[in-house]
Amino acid sequence: MTESSLISLAVTILFLPLVGFIIVLLFGKRYEKLYLVEVGLITVALLLSIFVGFIKLTNYVNDTIITQFTWIDLGNVPSIGHLTINLGIMIDNVTVIMLFVVTLISALVHYFSIAYMAGDKRFSRYFAYLGIFTFSMLGIVIADNLLMIYIFWELVGLSSYLLIGFWYEKKTASDASMKAFLTNRIGDIGMFIGILILFTNYHTFSFAEIFEQISNGVVPFGSNGWLTAAGILIFLGAVGKSAQVPLHVWLPDAMEGPTPVSALIHAATMVAAGVYLVARIFPLLTADAMIVIAVVGAITSIFAASIALTQNDIKKVLAYSTVSQLGYMIMALGVGAYTFAFFHLVTHAFFKGLMFLGSGSVIHSMHHEQDMRNMGGLKKKMPITYITFLIGTLAISGVPLTSGFLSKDGLLAGTWAFGNLTGHYLIPIIGFVVAGMTAFYMFRLVIMTFHGEPRNQHKYDHAHESPKLMTIPLIILASLSIFIFYTPNPAAPADGWFYNWIQTPATVVPEDARFEFMKSDSHRVEGTEINNYGGSGSENAVVTHSEMYENEMHNVHYPAMILSIILAGLGILFAFLMYHWKKISADKLAEKLKPLYNLSYNKWYADEIYSYLFIQRTHDLSRFIAWFDSTIVDGIVNYSATFTRGVANIAGWFDTYIVDGFVNFTAFVNGFAGLALRKMQTGKVQTYIVYVVFSVIIILLIIRPF
Amino acid sequence: MQGFPLLTLLIFIPIVGMIVVLLLPKNADNNVRYTTLGVTALQLVLAAVMMLNFDYSAGGIFEASSFQFIEKVRWIEIQNVAFLGTVKIDYFLGVDGLSAPLILLSTIVFFIATLSAWTIKKSPKGFFAMYLLLNAATMGVFVSLDFFLFFVFWEVMLLPMYFLIGIWGGPRKEYAAIKFFIYTMLGGIFMLITMIGLYFSATELLADGTRAYTFNLLALMDQSNYLADGILSASNPENWRMLAYIGLFAAFAVKIPMFPFHTWLPDAHVEAPTPISVVLAGVLLKLGTYGILRISFPIFPDITRELMWYIGLFGVINIVYGALAAMAQKDFKKLIAYSSISHMGYVLLGMASLSSTGLNGAIFQMFNHGTITAMLFLIVGVIYDRAHTRGLNDFGGLANQMPVYTGFVTVAFFAAIGLPGLSGWVSEALVFVGAFGVESIRTLTIIGMLGILLGAGYMLWTLQRVYLGELPDKWKNLKDLDKRELAMLVPLAIITVVLGIFPSIVLDIMTTSVNSLVEFLATTLN
Repeated sequence: MTESSLISLAVTILFLPLVGFIIVLLFGKRYEKLYLVEVGLITVALLLSIFVGFIKLTNYVNDTIITQFTWIDLGNVPSIGHLTINLGIMIDNVTVIMLFVVTLISALVHYFSIAYMAGDKRFSRYFAYLGIFTFSMLGIVIADNLLMIYIFWELVGLSSYLLIGFWYEKKTASDASMKAFLTNRIGDIGMFIGILILFTNYHTFSFAEIFEQISNGVVPFGSNGWLTAAGILIFLGAVGKSAQVPLHVWLPDAMEGPTPVSALIHAATMVAAGVYLVARIFPLLTADAMIVIAVVGAITSIFAASIALTQNDIKKVLAYSTVSQLGYMIMALGVGAYTFAFFHLVTHAFFKGLMFLGSGSVIHSMHHEQDMRNMGGLKKKMPITYITFLIGTLAISGVPLTSGFLSKDGLLAGTWAFGNLTGHYLIPIIGFVVAGMTAFYMFRLVIMTFHGEPRNQHKYDHAHESPKLMTIPLIILASLSIFIFYTPNPAAPADGWFYNWIQTPATVVPEDARFEFMKSDSHRVEGTEINNYGGSGSENAVVTHSEMYENEMHNVHYPAMILSIILAGLGILFAFLMYHWKKISADKLAEKLKPLYNLSYNKWYADEIYSYLFIQRTHDLSRFIAWFDSTIVDGIVNYSATFTRGVANIAGWFDTYIVDGFVNFTAFVNGFAGLALRKMQTGKVQTYIVYVVFSVIIILLIIRPF
Repeated sequence: MQGFPLLTLLIFIPIVGMIVVLLLPKNADNNVRYTTLGVTALQLVLAAVMMLNFDYSAGGIFEASSFQFIEKVRWIEIQNVAFLGTVKIDYFLGVDGLSAPLILLSTIVFFIATLSAWTIKKSPKGFFAMYLLLNAATMGVFVSLDFFLFFVFWEVMLLPMYFLIGIWGGPRKEYAAIKFFIYTMLGGIFMLITMIGLYFSATELLADGTRAYTFNLLALMDQSNYLADGILSASNPENWRMLAYIGLFAAFAVKIPMFPFHTWLPDAHVEAPTPISVVLAGVLLKLGTYGILRISFPIFPDITRELMWYIGLFGVINIVYGALAAMAQKDFKKLIAYSSISHMGYVLLGMASLSSTGLNGAIFQMFNHGTITAMLFLIVGVIYDRAHTRGLNDFGGLANQMPVYTGFVTVAFFAAIGLPGLSGWVSEALVFVGAFGVESIRTLTIIGMLGILLGAGYMLWTLQRVYLGELPDKWKNLKDLDKRELAMLVPLAIITVVLGIFPSIVLDIMTTSVNSLVEFLATTLN
């Protein structure tokens, strides 16, 4: 297997779902079974991804394979030189793992949907949309440059728009899809400006080339501040896609889409794209940018968790839990815990995908009931759904022996180490509090849905375990939530292969823009060369990721682990006390904490505030502009027309009565004079002589020439 | 291709077509239609021949030798006129990377608009005669390299347009036609004044070694041709160049249309029949920005550099103002008209950057706006033909009733929104890359990016109101697209998608010329 054939395989994986999309979209209506083509193609893509991943991780584990081609050639541009815009494919360990995650979850969602969506009137259209979504997501994953990421980023936005609004007859669904697209666009504008800052300075979009130039000491517009700005602006894209505060509002609404879509897009893949993006630009993040990222992540995680505590819609709880977990990942990247952020992305993709599909299984059997207050006792009716869901819940709560335990524990240790090194203790504190909250609200969900007595007997009686097409994906994802797939030692993720594959990339930012503990003078990690990224290998490109940080993380590893187990245990305990054993009344507690409860239940009124501040105001402004345009601007035009006509009328009157009047008057005077003078025309020569003589005398008298 | 009068054919085939149409008997409506279709198809072939023989490495712009398909004949010559010496005007045609993409665009749009005009019932003979005259004049503007000739074609364009709106238009057609006519005419006067000023400021070396006043655009771009005391000579310390530039710019700005000279456009669009809207938005608006690039920029590089911030400012105003105004519209066609204003703002912004990336983006945006907006107006036409209303709030749920149609709507809307993978995004992105790279207009560029958000806002809102949701009972009998409508929409959709993925197909035509224009603008009179 050569490197170039790996690239061709990756490109093949990318285009398979697109082919499926085109075929099913064009002919799906005519041939009902055509959706199987899409399902088959995604299966092939999955198998190829496994194959590519295997080859990459066995034969080329330390290599980054890049291929570029020219997309636009702008020729010999004055003052820049030959300017081309290149696109390219990059395969590193992150790529192949993402390829596997995306194609696996996508394939499972395809199978699940065959049963879930059966009978829908746009059944084949649905599979076409899944195809274009998978294509877009894969494009982000294999891109070697920011422009290509941006292109597929927006295409993901499109496919998400199509899928959220799939049942567009419902106003809520089309509203939600529009909201998702527009909210994401806000972040994307920031991201695009960030990309423009980099392109303006480096004339390339390629990660490797940008990193190389920064590591050579070339910073945008000659200032570290611009580098920070570029990092934060590109991160804004992630704020949108990964639903971070303040752009988180679209994700809960996106639950209007079919539930398998929520599993695919709004749990496992699309929302993870933001985290993936930040991971990709990680080397150029300055200390200031990282602090901003960490704070946004921390705020998001606790904010969303606080809302998840009180929601009653099973999908809304999962949605807010997703936002919260994404906040975790973003926070981890911000504190430099790169490996664990990405690790959590992967484990979360599996267990959250699992739980969304599980909720889909529940909703399907309850005939589209989503309110947990109408559920209860389902574990007897749906044992497979229950057990797999429980495994997912244990994983997200960070209970030992699960995948979530490994990634979450490392992530929290990362924040703690960061706190120790920089004094920002609030970030780890938030991290640990959220861990407890997560365990609580997730078990609240499990208990309300599966435990206790059925609260709606009628729906309960009709509930049934889902067909195999739905339960097998659940079983696969549940097994992937067990530690053994990641490490042989359930207490030490660092012993596992995952940890070895995904290493923190070397930072390239100038020394004076790094955290104190990231400076290279005393903590140089030899051999971490920038040519990881492009093969340029210039001598001064040797940079470091922090050994100090690694050590600190190692030191707090066990304390963090013990603390997180305790907090998770407490969260679970309280959930059982309140909802299972009913020792504490949830209602009374809510009554006591009424203001807080209302804030949480109403999602901190974010939608209302945004609607009032931004949406209404934009509409006001737009109506004002339209009024201004038709009344003032066009008014002036019409007024000048009226004015011109007025002037023309005056001129016309003047012409008729004054100018022409003068002419007529002259004629009249002449005529009158003629009438008078006619009398003098006697015809007698003598009379004329008298006139002449007298005239001459009078003239002479007047001019007196003598 | 030496000696083959390709450009003359491009201009005069429609004139011949017009004469044929006028000679056809009164009730031979189909013959009239097919004649027009044949003429526009022939033009498409000519454009294809032109592109096949096009030299991608020739710059053009200011250099006569690198223009292509040149035709130069003395049109008017009077010897020994008092004070003036030889008065001469050339029939001077040529193509470079600036005009070639727009000629290509015009032939495509005119062909498709002909199909759209098939349903014109009221005196097709008159309609198509006027339509062909408009076609000829448009081609003439794009290929003229002599200011006088350019001006003649520019003014000739007005006449058919006036009648096409004034006779075949909607309820307020007279108002819209007169407004359009007077507005453009007024701009034309400014152009005429500047043209005469330039004429008396520069001379051209003739073949016999004498010098004569000139309308030759390329001669006017050469600063060494200017008289020391010419009223528009840069070497004259008391020159009137700034004023002349603004006057000329205003003439072009009306056509773009640029805020605050834009209010004729919504009226003209709302009243014009669909094919005329298609041509107006698809081709005629580009004449304004083309004129600026062809005439204002290279003849006044000094003033251009001085005023670039203002050009950028007006571009950004167009983008944001147009988008906000579009959002408040209740008439589908008016919304698209305002979106046109917004999208032409990107062209201005890209031009203001005076950088290769920005100018490539601007010209490519002209091309893409031409195809995408043509699609949008066709889409409005389809629905208006069936429902006889364009009220955005009168519809809903058409996606289920007319799925194929809605598919094209989705492509066109997302192209207008600037979705990557479709052509509109590439040009918008290039505009932003170019404009952001210039420090003085960087802040403006960032404000202009609001347009991306607002554009998505009003487009998706329209999509929701008209196509999503429940279908009202009264529209349960609307039919999906017929073959003729497919023949109009399919090619445009294909162009949109293909150019989104392979933008080089069109960009390569212009890059050499753009680079030489940028070089020229940066070095001349500096």
